[in-house]
Amino acid sequence: MLIEIRWHGRGGQGVVSVSRLLADAALIDGKYAQAFPEFGPERLGAPILGFTRISDAPIDIHSQIYTPHYVVVLDPTLLKTINVFEGLVENGSAVINTDKSPEEIKQEFNIEKFKVYTINATKIALEILGRPIYNTAMLGALVKASNLVSLESVREATLKRFKGEVGEKNVAVINKAYEELEVS
Amino acid sequence: MAKVIGLTGDEAVAYAIKQCNVDVVAAYPITPQTVIVEAFSEYVFNGEVDTEFVCVESEHSAMSACVGASLTGARVFTATASQGLALMHEILYIASSLRCPIVMGVVNRALSAPINIHGDHSDMMGSRDCGWIQIYAENVQEAYDWTIQAFKIAEDKEVLLPVTVNLDGFILSHSIEGIKVLEDEDVASFLPPREPVYTIDPNNPITVGALALPNYYFEFKVQQDHALRNSFKAMGKVFSEYEELSGRKYDVLHTYGMEDAEIALICLGSTAGTARYVAKRLREKGVKVGVLKPWVYRPFPEKEIVEAVKEVKALAVMDRACSFGAPYAPLGSDIASILYKSGLDIPVVNYVYGLGGRDVSPLDLEAVVNEILEVAKTGEIKEHLKFLGVR
Amino acid sequence: MSEKKPLWQTLPIAGILLEPKSSLKYKTGDWRGPFTPKINQEKCTKCLLCWIYCPDGAIERVGDGVRINLDYCKGCGICVSECPVKAITMERL
Repeated sequence: MLIEIRWHGRGGQGVVSVSRLLADAALIDGKYAQAFPEFGPERLGAPILGFTRISDAPIDIHSQIYTPHYVVVLDPTLLKTINVFEGLVENGSAVINTDKSPEEIKQEFNIEKFKVYTINATKIALEILGRPIYNTAMLGALVKASNLVSLESVREATLKRFKGEVGEKNVAVINKAYEELEVS
Repeated sequence: MAKVIGLTGDEAVAYAIKQCNVDVVAAYPITPQTVIVEAFSEYVFNGEVDTEFVCVESEHSAMSACVGASLTGARVFTATASQGLALMHEILYIASSLRCPIVMGVVNRALSAPINIHGDHSDMMGSRDCGWIQIYAENVQEAYDWTIQAFKIAEDKEVLLPVTVNLDGFILSHSIEGIKVLEDEDVASFLPPREPVYTIDPNNPITVGALALPNYYFEFKVQQDHALRNSFKAMGKVFSEYEELSGRKYDVLHTYGMEDAEIALICLGSTAGTARYVAKRLREKGVKVGVLKPWVYRPFPEKEIVEAVKEVKALAVMDRACSFGAPYAPLGSDIASILYKSGLDIPVVNYVYGLGGRDVSPLDLEAVVNEILEVAKTGEIKEHLKFLGVR
Repeated sequence: MSEKKPLWQTLPIAGILLEPKSSLKYKTGDWRGPFTPKINQEKCTKCLLCWIYCPDGAIERVGDGVRINLDYCKGCGICVSECPVKAITMERL
């Protein structure tokens, strides 16, 4: 089955990198994958999108993603400015960086038809990386929520893309987010 | 087992070039081609290749340097996009006329104005008559595979023509896909060092680029046209050899579902994949849709296309470029011409789509299929040339 | 003018001329009109300006001096204008 993931963040938060990390991990798992940026201007701080496709069969399609199975929101402030849930399929999932609970988000946005997972990725990133870069924390959370790829492959892909201490710290972030995300 | 690695289209082209034992790269960066040049210059810097990397001040100079280098017998690569290709325009003709087997990655991007960095085929279509072999890749794997095969086709002694490998800007150039790469030594055995026919060499002087007036010029143009049309022969050999090496079979035309297709879509590049995705889903509902993807656009695979479409009741020809004021867009014109030549009376609707990188979604293509089904049913064409998804 | 020219199939590709110096066979001296340059060797200072300026390379160096190769001289007279000591003149033959 072809699974489509849409990443929401702001320019400079590593949206494109994390969309690629997930694809890298899927490839390590022996699946087919595709990751691409939003085909728009790259502007630091502006809301931007990243996309990942994962499938057991070769992926023919090369359009943007309109009806994702997962949306991942890296930056909590985006919830107020754009509709991050647009096109999300029924029974799909939203994984959101926020200090609120899934119930609070569901209530706030009148969500009934899909699942919501929340995690305080900002806190994890600041604790471990000392910088407000939440992309890898959200990757850890998505992996826990979705089981799309194995955690081991995500670690391997991360260490390949980020060398040395940066890699190690990001793996710690991923592990922590994976542990902390509550799946009911 | 072949290695699978995740690479963007641009990275995959650079990786292929690293394996092709290229003697000279002369290039100037331009979005969305930049990553090819960046990634390759890193290989040069790290000493992973012994290629002479010439940093030039413009694309006009890049192609000029490539022509000079190629004439000495070197294997030469460059890459560009959009305005860069337009700036090369006059030298493109010189490269093909002087029979320089240069390979160029063209990361297709719209032409100004207004300025736009995104994918469409206006750049290559603007130079489609430049005498180069023109190949369009659908995905990252194809961009890699075609780049390697391109050298072997270009350098064949019966061909000796430059080749462009086209990949859609951003849609492929900046998308990561898992691709199977070959081992360095396999590429080396597939692609031994170039054996030039003529070289400029101070010890054995020849004259290249002399004047040819009306009493000679015409003959050289006919030679060139003949070489381009005749390059299919060399391609056949290259495709079989590459299949043996990689397990991946290429051809001049790729078809899907044409055995029993009632209608078909013809498209170049990445859109062909999306069209196939749509066709597969519609076929599950019993709609007999076929998809044709000319891998090779010049020389134009006339025979193969005619053979594939002769039973269909209507055709949609998808063009990611405009031919302003013309009866049809570029691919539309070609298809209309070959249908006329072969006496096939198949209704054609030519769709111009995706200019400046406007996305073409599965829903857009489904709408095209529905329109063409209607044309097939009624035999009636309301508009011959349509602009898909324009406001 | 009934010289038989080769067909496209038999010409070398790309307009390449395989034989070096083949232009020597093309004797453009018969383009020359009735006036022909003549060097007064006594006046000539061997400065070589005519040798540099001749657009057809028809002035050849002989020893430390020059001579006009009439096989290639088209009679343009540039050497006459360039000679600083007026050692070259156009003469009607």
